Amino acid sequence: MFDNLSERLNIVFKKLRGHGTLTEANVQEALKEVRMALLEADVNFRVAKEFIDSVKVKAMGSEVMQSLTPGQQIIKIVRDELASLMGGVLSPIDTSARPPIPIMLVGLQGSGKTTTAGKLARYLKSKGKRPYLVPADVHRPAAILQLKRLGEQLSIDVFDSNAGDDPLKICQEAFRAADRGGYDYVILDTAGRLHIDEELMTELSAIKGSISPSEILFVADSMIGQDAVNVAKAFDERVGLTGVILTKLDGDARGGVALSVKAVTGKPIKFIGVGEKLDAFEPFHPDRMASRILGMGDVLTLIEKAHETFDQKKAEELGQKLKKDSFTLDDFKDQIQQMRKMGSFGDILGMIPGLGKLKGIKEMAPDEKDIKRIEAIINSMTRVERRDPAVLNGNRRLRIAKGSGTTVQDVNQLVKRHAEARKMMKMFTSGGMKGLKRGMPMFR
Amino acid sequence: MAEEKKGLFQRLKEGLSKTHKGLVDKVDQAILGRKKIDEGLYDELEEILVTSDLGVQTSYKLIERVRERLRRGESDDAALVKKYLKEEILSILKGTGSGIDTRRAKPFVIMVVGVNGVGKTTTIGKLASRYRGEGRSVLLSAGDTFRAAAVEQLEVWGERSGCGVIKHKEGSDPSAVLFDALKAAQGRGTDILIADTAGRLHTKTNLMEELKKTRRVVEREAPGAPHEVLLVLDATTGQNAVSQAKLFKEAVEITGIVLTKLDGTAKGGVVISIVDELKIPVKFIGIGEGVEDLRPFEPSEFVEALF
Ligand SMILES: Nc1nc2c(ncn2[C@@H]2O[C@H](COP(=O)(O)OP(=O)(O)OP(=O)(O)O)[C@@H](O)[C@H]2O)c(=O)[nH]1
Ligand SMILES: [Mg+2]
Repeated sequence: MFDNLSERLNIVFKKLRGHGTLTEANVQEALKEVRMALLEADVNFRVAKEFIDSVKVKAMGSEVMQSLTPGQQIIKIVRDELASLMGGVLSPIDTSARPPIPIMLVGLQGSGKTTTAGKLARYLKSKGKRPYLVPADVHRPAAILQLKRLGEQLSIDVFDSNAGDDPLKICQEAFRAADRGGYDYVILDTAGRLHIDEELMTELSAIKGSISPSEILFVADSMIGQDAVNVAKAFDERVGLTGVILTKLDGDARGGVALSVKAVTGKPIKFIGVGEKLDAFEPFHPDRMASRILGMGDVLTLIEKAHETFDQKKAEELGQKLKKDSFTLDDFKDQIQQMRKMGSFGDILGMIPGLGKLKGIKEMAPDEKDIKRIEAIINSMTRVERRDPAVLNGNRRLRIAKGSGTTVQDVNQLVKRHAEARKMMKMFTSGGMKGLKRGMPMFR
Repeated sequence: MAEEKKGLFQRLKEGLSKTHKGLVDKVDQAILGRKKIDEGLYDELEEILVTSDLGVQTSYKLIERVRERLRRGESDDAALVKKYLKEEILSILKGTGSGIDTRRAKPFVIMVVGVNGVGKTTTIGKLASRYRGEGRSVLLSAGDTFRAAAVEQLEVWGERSGCGVIKHKEGSDPSAVLFDALKAAQGRGTDILIADTAGRLHTKTNLMEELKKTRRVVEREAPGAPHEVLLVLDATTGQNAVSQAKLFKEAVEITGIVLTKLDGTAKGGVVISIVDELKIPVKFIGIGEGVEDLRPFEPSEFVEALF
């Protein structure tokens, strides 16, 4: 997530920290590069300009320039400005209105509304609420069916709309049904439309006028370019948005829209979608995201995720083992299986301060197929081998490869990975945060 | 024909009118405001190009070239700026071909790939009805076995354009679907086979591997195929489209680009960088959601409509 932007900014900052004392020219130069990095990340042209201007004013202040660590200070200014650009703090969705609370999803074609409707419903359900899904996209072929299928998968009720129905009628009837049925939330999935399509925009405002949704969320593809702000503004002017959901953040989008949309519409980002699976959906924390963008990691989200998914006892056991430096291949397997429950490895690594940036770390992260292979290999080992991979000579490796239907190369690779993981784990425990920081360019 | 041609141009121009407004009005403004060229003018040009999604680097490059030509001509006539800019963009886009010659092989196999939601399935529907209109027989392969109701979506387009759809169950192996579709096309003597694929982010290695495998199956079963691998790009996309094009090209040897959603206000300027850097031609553009809203990409028309 945002890796490219992080990398670019870190190069700039490294240079900045290289100077003992900072001159105005140093700062100008650095900010020029920050501006380039922002524009390449699709940050809106005007937003980038204002951002740079405001950082410049603060950075040129005498307290900063004369401090002992002017470079650090400027990085902190950038971080804080990034966070406030994205809205500062978490903006939760409305929970206080009288149920059923209507939430309307709007946006361009292909931005990911239908999947997001499913994800949001799942999220609300996981918080103990009863959501009701309403397919109101009568335009795109099979869009209604798509939402019905998602509802089935999630065991969440879906209003029975038909492609021949009028979207306004669908929403009205569905709302009444939800009221009678005692649901907490009604999620309206509307058809994707261009903000300049008069007819369809009128349809949206009619639905709004009739249902008065508590939340009107603009669903935007995080890969969107400079047009993002025109689109968001147009939707906001026509229907009045209450927030934004960004989708497809699991790719290599540099996140320009995340940095621009709040500044331009004044509407906060409330959730982000980080994968195709229905549970790949999180509330958006601007401050944490700012740290992630600057490669400072996002330990808070990591800890929360770990809490949700990790087996507490196993974690403690692991901690003990690490202290004794007995991180075996069995533990490695365990570890991989547990981590996998938390989400993609790349994302997790990105949340660990400094780690996301270490070269080659991503390659260490296995994908699904890898994991099957790793399990097969470890299962083909004897107990002694699992406990102490040092005994693995050529013959043993060959036997294991045959037994697991893999190659000796695969076995070698696994052993190497395990050794690397072990080393990394030690770095965590031995020096604690200090050990980590040593590995972190950011704090060097 | 003349009627059709005008209609096409009108449509394109309408579709691009916002781009036109954005880009050209601003160039005009920037120029009209001054008679002589100064640094301020270049700054404004930068803003115009960057906000059209050309990206900072391509924008700088174009501005540099215009600057250089003005210097060489020792002219400081601001009116030349627009002319030169247009010529420079055109010279990048020139040579990127129009349309596809589907008579090269039978069945002529077209694979359609891209990230989620860019308009792959819709483009296939439009392509199918275009070829059906030319009297060719077309078969569709429902290779998106992942997304809910993707198969049914393609079937609707199959009905609209009057061509058959080969499908398997949701969740089944996409390569197997295409294998069957290919056998069916070969058996029936179908002219054109168009393969839908599931949307995938270009950064997901396992999904890209799956796509490579699908391609390999086609290669093995029909030498010379796939004859075209079209990458669908959403014109609303920013600089990420470059990364998409790079990675899809690496994985499955893209032969052309379809640029969709040009009927919005997005400028699609990022294709200029893509054509420049990766030399992948733009073959079609999408300018709406109807069957008829697909046009061969004409560089001169594109730039003409832009300015
Ligand atoms: N305005 C406009 N909308 C388009 C165009 N092409 C496709 N769309 C719309 O974009 C949305 C997504 O199109 P799909 O064809 O489903 O996209 P896809 O790439 O197959 O999507 P997935 O299979 O989900 O990855 C639909 O609502 C289409 O109607 C276009 O040229 N202009
Ligand atoms: Mg599709």
